[in-house]
Amino acid sequence: MAEQPMPLWEVFIRSRTGLAHRHVGSVHAADAEMALQAARDTYTRRGEGLSIWVVPSAAITASDPAEKGPLFEPTASKIYRHPSFYEIPEEVGHM
Amino acid sequence: MTTIHVEETPHLAYVLRLADSALINSHRLSEWCGHAPMLEEDLALANIALDLLGQARLLYEHAAALEGRGRSEDDLAYLRDAPQFKNLLITELPRGDFAFTIVRQTLLSAFFHPFWQLARGSSDRTLAAIAGKAEKEVAYHLRHAGAWLVRLGDGTEESRKRTVEALETLWPYTGELFEVDAVGEAMIEAGIAPDPASVRPVFEQTIDRLLAEAGLARPVAAWMQTGGLRGVHTEHLGHLLAVMQHLQRAYPGAVW
Repeated sequence: MAEQPMPLWEVFIRSRTGLAHRHVGSVHAADAEMALQAARDTYTRRGEGLSIWVVPSAAITASDPAEKGPLFEPTASKIYRHPSFYEIPEEVGHM
Repeated sequence: MTTIHVEETPHLAYVLRLADSALINSHRLSEWCGHAPMLEEDLALANIALDLLGQARLLYEHAAALEGRGRSEDDLAYLRDAPQFKNLLITELPRGDFAFTIVRQTLLSAFFHPFWQLARGSSDRTLAAIAGKAEKEVAYHLRHAGAWLVRLGDGTEESRKRTVEALETLWPYTGELFEVDAVGEAMIEAGIAPDPASVRPVFEQTIDRLLAEAGLARPVAAWMQTGGLRGVHTEHLGHLLAVMQHLQRAYPGAVW
């Protein structure tokens, strides 16, 4: 059996209850269980995590950087979507 | 610096044994730092080494307090010679290849996980507290090493061959895990130490489950290696101590 290169996994960590998992990096591992352990040892060394997700990097479908024009430029002219046109009553204080 | 002499009561001797095994096991694992087959595993092995070093520090600190002569954890780790070390022989065997390291860590963790679980009920409150911390750490060590054991045994022809060799070499050193001498008897009697006989069924169950999953057979050992508890060591411990203790011996009290 020829040796296979170790697959790559993307690591997501949730730091506190209520927050979403955030992408923190990637690890090499032979399978999902080992990927979880590698993620634990690599990315939660300083008490960062409450929960870990690992996802095979190959399972991620990414947008094409060359298409950033049609994908993202049309929103530039829709400034009314930004919440910057509302006056916040003083009584509300900091939001 | 000159070697210290520790007047060992059974209680002190017992705590030192645990400390020595944790320290020597930690040192062997730390030899992988920068040399592991992949970065992720480099970190994983260093993590386990640091857990064990932390356990050793707490145990030496406890031993120093039991001795009551104002010595520090460093004195006990760095200023005793090989015959004074009472670690399990399995911990001092050279690092070996990755399969050897994984098999050794699996065997040790499969023993120490149930051992520390029982030691949480020790009548020695400090030891019980150390056990509470160690039990969680070793649960992870077992999970990690065990997962690798399954994959190496059930992996390629090469990984299987190396794992079988490591298992054959290491198995005769597992008898020592269950050895009870006069010190051990006194400690079990006093409710300070768990009886290794009650650890054995869990150890065997864990090992058999992992070996079955790995497609490996438990070796049949006609004899078991012994000596660590009496300070009779393999030729490897002296070399390990020379490296580990060199700095404190050459530059007494050096700090950085």
